[in-house]
Amino acid sequence: MSTPLPSAPTRTTRPPLRWSTFAAPVRFHALTGRLIPWLWLLTLGFAAAGLYIGFFVAPTDAVQKDAYRIIFIHVPAAWMSMLLYLAMAFWAVIGWAFNARMASMLARAIAPTGAMFTVLALWTGALWGRPTWGTYWVWDARLTSELILLFLYLGFLALVHAIEDVRRADRAGALLAAVGAINVPIIYFSVKWWNTLHQGATISLTAAPKMAQTMLTAMLLMTLACWAYAFAVVFMRARAIAVERERGADWVRELQQAGGRR
Amino acid sequence: MNWGSASAFWEMGGYGLYVWGSYGVALGLMLIEPALAALRYRAARRAAADLDDDPETDA
Repeated sequence: MSTPLPSAPTRTTRPPLRWSTFAAPVRFHALTGRLIPWLWLLTLGFAAAGLYIGFFVAPTDAVQKDAYRIIFIHVPAAWMSMLLYLAMAFWAVIGWAFNARMASMLARAIAPTGAMFTVLALWTGALWGRPTWGTYWVWDARLTSELILLFLYLGFLALVHAIEDVRRADRAGALLAAVGAINVPIIYFSVKWWNTLHQGATISLTAAPKMAQTMLTAMLLMTLACWAYAFAVVFMRARAIAVERERGADWVRELQQAGGRR
Repeated sequence: MNWGSASAFWEMGGYGLYVWGSYGVALGLMLIEPALAALRYRAARRAAADLDDDPETDA
């Protein structure tokens, strides 16, 4: 038998990244724990820039005067409410299709933040509508479908908490989330498909925006701020859910040993 | 700069109630939400620790 060739000294290598790497709660927990502080930094940075431009650089609107400045929180909140719903539905379905419990936990983590942005969109919209339209509310297609979005978020949360078996609850939630997803394009196209009091699209992916550049910049910066915020809070909640659900698991035990009660 | 004075800024051309009512609620919600999430995480870690403190039984 020939002598084996000397082998290179083994070094500790991390296993290659795969799509499923962070499906493991322990790895999800570790990664998000490192990301959260940076996400908060981004949130504050974008918000500071966006609010500064929105209030001190962007000019007064010719028609709406300074009431229009609500736009810098209203539009980002509305966009987040729709985007987060799609993300929630996506992860819920992934959790169902691949029996990936971390994905289902992530969907549950997204729901309250999505609901919060929906409430904020409705609230800021009402306060903007009062001085400009003369009313806090109207049952037009955009406002009504956004209200329905809120009910869908709350319905999802109520449903998953009503079913005792956690994985069955996840699957039921996934079904509700998936079916409800049709509402998001309805909200988006509502101002095009129906005659609404809510104004039509000012920004599109294909045409030039019909809005002053500084206003647009401020709005986009605030959107990035809301996005970073959403990531931060959703990750915080997802980590909590992971520790709750996996209480007896080895990785949670090791967490305790490593970091005490923190 | 858009504002002649600090009071002009707060007044927002007469729309102060609506503008600050919007941003005030936004700030409030965006402070409460992460606080609740942090509390939830801490409670989860505590519950996990308490589980370990109990005398363990074989599954």
